Amino acid sequence: MRLLKLVPDDTNIDFLKWRKLASFMSFILVVVSIALVAVRGLNLGIDFVGGQSVHVEFTGDMPKIQDIREAVGKIGLGEATIQQFGSDKAVSIRTALPDGDKAAAEIAGQKLVDGIRKAFPTAHTGAVETVSGKVSEELLRTGAISLALAMLGISIYIWIRFEWQFGVGAMGRLFHEVALTFGFFAVTQIQFDLNSVAALLTIVGYSLNDTIVVYDRVRENLKKYRKMEIVPLLNLSINETLSRTVMTSVSVLMALAVLLIFGPDVIFGFTAAMLLGVFVGTYSSILMSTPVLVWLKVGPHSFVPRTADGGAERVARSDDGAVV
Amino acid sequence: MLDFPRWKTIGISIILLLGILFTIPSFLPDRAFNQLPSFAQMKVNLGLDLAGGSHLLLEADLADLQKTQLGNMEKTVRTAMRGDHGADDDIAIGDLRRTATQVSFLVRDQAQLDEARERMFRETQGAAMTGQRDWNVGIVDTTRIVMTPTRAGQQQAVSRAMDTARDIIDRRVNALGTREPTIIREGDDRIVVQVPGLNDPQQLKDLIGKTAKLEFRMVDANADPAAAAAGQAPVGSEIVPYAAGEGNGAAFEVLRREVMINGEQLIDAQQSFDPQTSMPVVTIRFDSGGSATFARVTAQNVGKRFAMVLDGQVLSAPSINEPILGGSAQISGSFSVASANALAISLRSGALPVKMTVVEERTVSPELGADSIEKGVIAGIIATVSVLVLMLVVYGRFGVYANIALIFNVFLIIATMAAFNATLTLPGIAGFVLTIGAAVDANVLINERIREELKRGRRPFQAVELGYTEASRAIFDANVTNVIAAALMFWFGSGPIKGFAVVLTIGIVTSVFTAVTVTRMFAAHWLRAKRPAAIHL
Repeated sequence: MRLLKLVPDDTNIDFLKWRKLASFMSFILVVVSIALVAVRGLNLGIDFVGGQSVHVEFTGDMPKIQDIREAVGKIGLGEATIQQFGSDKAVSIRTALPDGDKAAAEIAGQKLVDGIRKAFPTAHTGAVETVSGKVSEELLRTGAISLALAMLGISIYIWIRFEWQFGVGAMGRLFHEVALTFGFFAVTQIQFDLNSVAALLTIVGYSLNDTIVVYDRVRENLKKYRKMEIVPLLNLSINETLSRTVMTSVSVLMALAVLLIFGPDVIFGFTAAMLLGVFVGTYSSILMSTPVLVWLKVGPHSFVPRTADGGAERVARSDDGAVV
Repeated sequence: MLDFPRWKTIGISIILLLGILFTIPSFLPDRAFNQLPSFAQMKVNLGLDLAGGSHLLLEADLADLQKTQLGNMEKTVRTAMRGDHGADDDIAIGDLRRTATQVSFLVRDQAQLDEARERMFRETQGAAMTGQRDWNVGIVDTTRIVMTPTRAGQQQAVSRAMDTARDIIDRRVNALGTREPTIIREGDDRIVVQVPGLNDPQQLKDLIGKTAKLEFRMVDANADPAAAAAGQAPVGSEIVPYAAGEGNGAAFEVLRREVMINGEQLIDAQQSFDPQTSMPVVTIRFDSGGSATFARVTAQNVGKRFAMVLDGQVLSAPSINEPILGGSAQISGSFSVASANALAISLRSGALPVKMTVVEERTVSPELGADSIEKGVIAGIIATVSVLVLMLVVYGRFGVYANIALIFNVFLIIATMAAFNATLTLPGIAGFVLTIGAAVDANVLINERIREELKRGRRPFQAVELGYTEASRAIFDANVTNVIAAALMFWFGSGPIKGFAVVLTIGIVTSVFTAVTVTRMFAAHWLRAKRPAAIHL
């Protein structure tokens, strides 16, 4: 049996030739993403802004969105956000919490469900969620904290296992991926909720998976070819790990695509975000994670064992006035 | 590295076998599962988003709790100053006052000030292990004693109230007869209630949203209706509003402050029907002390009216036609059978020490949950099969090894979740699918490395050996970063995300075992048995 090779043997592509172009493109994409989040905003779910949300499925014909909006408007809970789900006959209806009165907030979910059932006898409410303002603020805060801690923690781990330049590279890359994912949520206006935070954390973990494999090879080659220039050495490392990067990405993307097509509607946004994250991750592990190492002047000396003469070298450098 | 001792092979086989065995109970129908011996009754729990059910997050009203706490201190002050030994022992006090944060009173006779302070000291205690007292007793203006709850004392009071509230809610939810509800304290002032299979949370909210503080108090017949309407009640009385829909048009009653009997004195409460009107009512029975008091007070007040007050609102205020001696009474109001039943359960389980409000509610219908499981399982199977095919066509024999390892990995994930009694949620299914995709990464790394080493002209034995040792470092580092992300999700995430983190973490650990150790075992045995001159990879 002939085995399939996703990447031909012995590739020798000069990836770092494009490092300026790639970095420029990524920079533009990050800026655009941030701008999009600032201008269009995220479609924040009730997890983060409070309110109630009902998942409604219609057994008969589905009424027009406009009719649903009017019917919900009459219930008196303010403007509703209505979003169609994966399958044709299901929508999610979201309204704000009535402010102030706690008791009103407690029965608002019920009011919404009753109102919908009355207006549309064929409606079947699958999931009802109510989150108060206080809880949603906490969820937003802990979500942001855990994302920041994950990025920081992973970068520190890489710094400890490799060298500080690698930690900086990992951090920059994570920022890039997280920013782009936020941009994705801003463009598509897919609801951003707790699941999205889980998706972001997964992207953060997964994307570093790739970086580490490349960095591990860089470290190995730095020790092996002490005389080689840094740029060809990085190119060699990327080419050597290329077939692995592609193979793993293909298998993960395949699994996620299956989940996106056949999986439950409720986690569509979650899966879509991860799919994008893995895709961007593959791009950046090939083109984005190594240029930083050139700029931060990684070289064979970065991995000199820290014995007496390693220390001496450091002292000598600080005498030159360079920052150690 | 490639000589695999027999004990290692046996050990790995045992683990894999256990993995398969532990997986089985999770797929048995309930009846068969219940017949298993108890040590084998381990299965993966389904989260509420898959099983359907209600999740409520309740928060205690701490301001309300402090009010109760200060109110109780007022009573304590009165009793303590009255003393244990008759009139000689009394300390005359005046101007007993309560602000938002303290209780204070005047001691009329300066000479008794020290004694009064001594008594208040006796009434307060050390707060847990903090070395602080639960109340500070201070003197201002040389005549006024000021009681202020300390921070530690307040924390202790909150903690105690929350423990009691948890027990009471537990009793109330269990009375609903649903299966396996979960009621746990969360943080300082919250309680999580999860009831699987419950589709309509309104009943549940009715049940736990009520404090159910029941009081029987006399109506003040001497109150001036005009003054009462203006919001003024005679000394010793207060204005209490009617509950919504009660009172036949009256908005309030003027009631004596003294409580004749309260909910703590009843031993039973049942929903029943009024024999005359056949309306749903709640029949309660008092304990012996309560019965005696009720008989005495009703005998003394024939012709007058008393009020049944629930959570600070009047339900009804009937006239006493004759002394009520049997120690039982009927609470009437505009009840439905369901609401009367809910009230009966609430009264039986006791009053909540603090008012609780629902701050988060999530309900998923069992149908939607079942639909999610079905689609999740289908997606999981298709994803697994596609990954298996991909590995086979790319790596041939070594792909088969990786595939066997992947299938064992699926068993091990389920078995580990069952052993820890972990909960599978909807994002957890996604985590599962993602793990399948990512689990082969270790094998990809190893196999690619073997290919490289072969290309460099190494002998098969050496190439495989180097492939495993050189790839292991990257595999380890890469998995640690994933564990960091998963651990943070577990700490900070709520319900469903925790489920995702659990699956991800378990998947990472088991996949390293299967993808590295198990495949190495296969490769080692094959290499030793066949001694191939070349590897086709």
